[in-house]
Amino acid sequence: MGLKMPSTYTLISSNVLASTATSVTFSAIPATYTDLVLRLSLRASADGGPENVQITFNGATSTYSSTYVQGTGSAAASSRYTGQAIIQFPNVINGTAYTADTFGSVEIYIPSYTASQNKPLSGIGASENNATGAFVNATAALWSSTAAITSITIDQSGGNYAIGSSFYLYGISKS
Amino acid sequence: MPTTYEPIATTTLGTAASQIDFTSIPATYTDLKVVFVGTATSATGLRAQFNSDTATNYSRTSLLGDGGSVYAQRATSVAFVSLGINNNLSTTIPTLRTMDVFSYAGSTNKTVLTNESTDTNGGGAATVAVQMWRNTAAITSISLNVSGTTIAAGSTATLYGIKNA
Repeated sequence: MGLKMPSTYTLISSNVLASTATSVTFSAIPATYTDLVLRLSLRASADGGPENVQITFNGATSTYSSTYVQGTGSAAASSRYTGQAIIQFPNVINGTAYTADTFGSVEIYIPSYTASQNKPLSGIGASENNATGAFVNATAALWSSTAAITSITIDQSGGNYAIGSSFYLYGISKS
Repeated sequence: MPTTYEPIATTTLGTAASQIDFTSIPATYTDLKVVFVGTATSATGLRAQFNSDTATNYSRTSLLGDGGSVYAQRATSVAFVSLGINNNLSTTIPTLRTMDVFSYAGSTNKTVLTNESTDTNGGGAATVAVQMWRNTAAITSISLNVSGTTIAAGSTATLYGIKNA
């Protein structure tokens, strides 16, 4: 086993909202990494919530699918979406009905984003707020495209992301 | 700023193989992370074993959703860490499996968090689990393997080391 020791977990870009926004896009993503990680802290500015994160790659609006498992404080459920225009990460954005100054959290892992194969990805998220209405979920998703991912748009099912919502994109290198 | 997340080794299979092994893992990190993306030559679950231990020293508690139903399961005294809990590798669509191994060089039993993301546009499941290897030895090798078939060519596994200092 050959040892490789360069730095690998690198911030590519970030955006912490100073004003509300409907979506955030990371574009011109370099192809120099192996995997991508999105770490998001999110609150909606005008919707009661919870809201869903909706992601698209390269501006494409087709061939997305996902399967998720979700739990509240009292029940669990699972659903699947096929042939979608977006990938949904459900119930991970705290809305205005949620406890003040609380934000939902999501980590999305996108391996082999430049490989010429279909793109699997995972998401782990939660909308905890020390009250009812919180969710925790895990999502398995797929973009059925062999194109390298060069941009990611992070939209949502409500109206706007609130001020203070943060979006961080990291690149991970295996060499 | 010190480097805290480093690739230790990576393997991309040029031909199908029954296993991918990471050996001689240095004890210089705090935690380990394995990222696997790939397929199998016939549908099967991916497994992991530490230090060549194939005895029934592993256990797990898992949560799985298959798009319609939710399952919470426990397995005790089993022979491997499962990265395919009712959630096989596809033969055609690459899927993602990750495994975080905490305090792998410590002298306590080893806790593992796993995440299986297997959406195949109409099939698959999302699974998270906490698993354990009941052994106080430092982990020096990890074997990713399948039973009765092979991991397909083009599959990639990478081992990362994470430092807390």
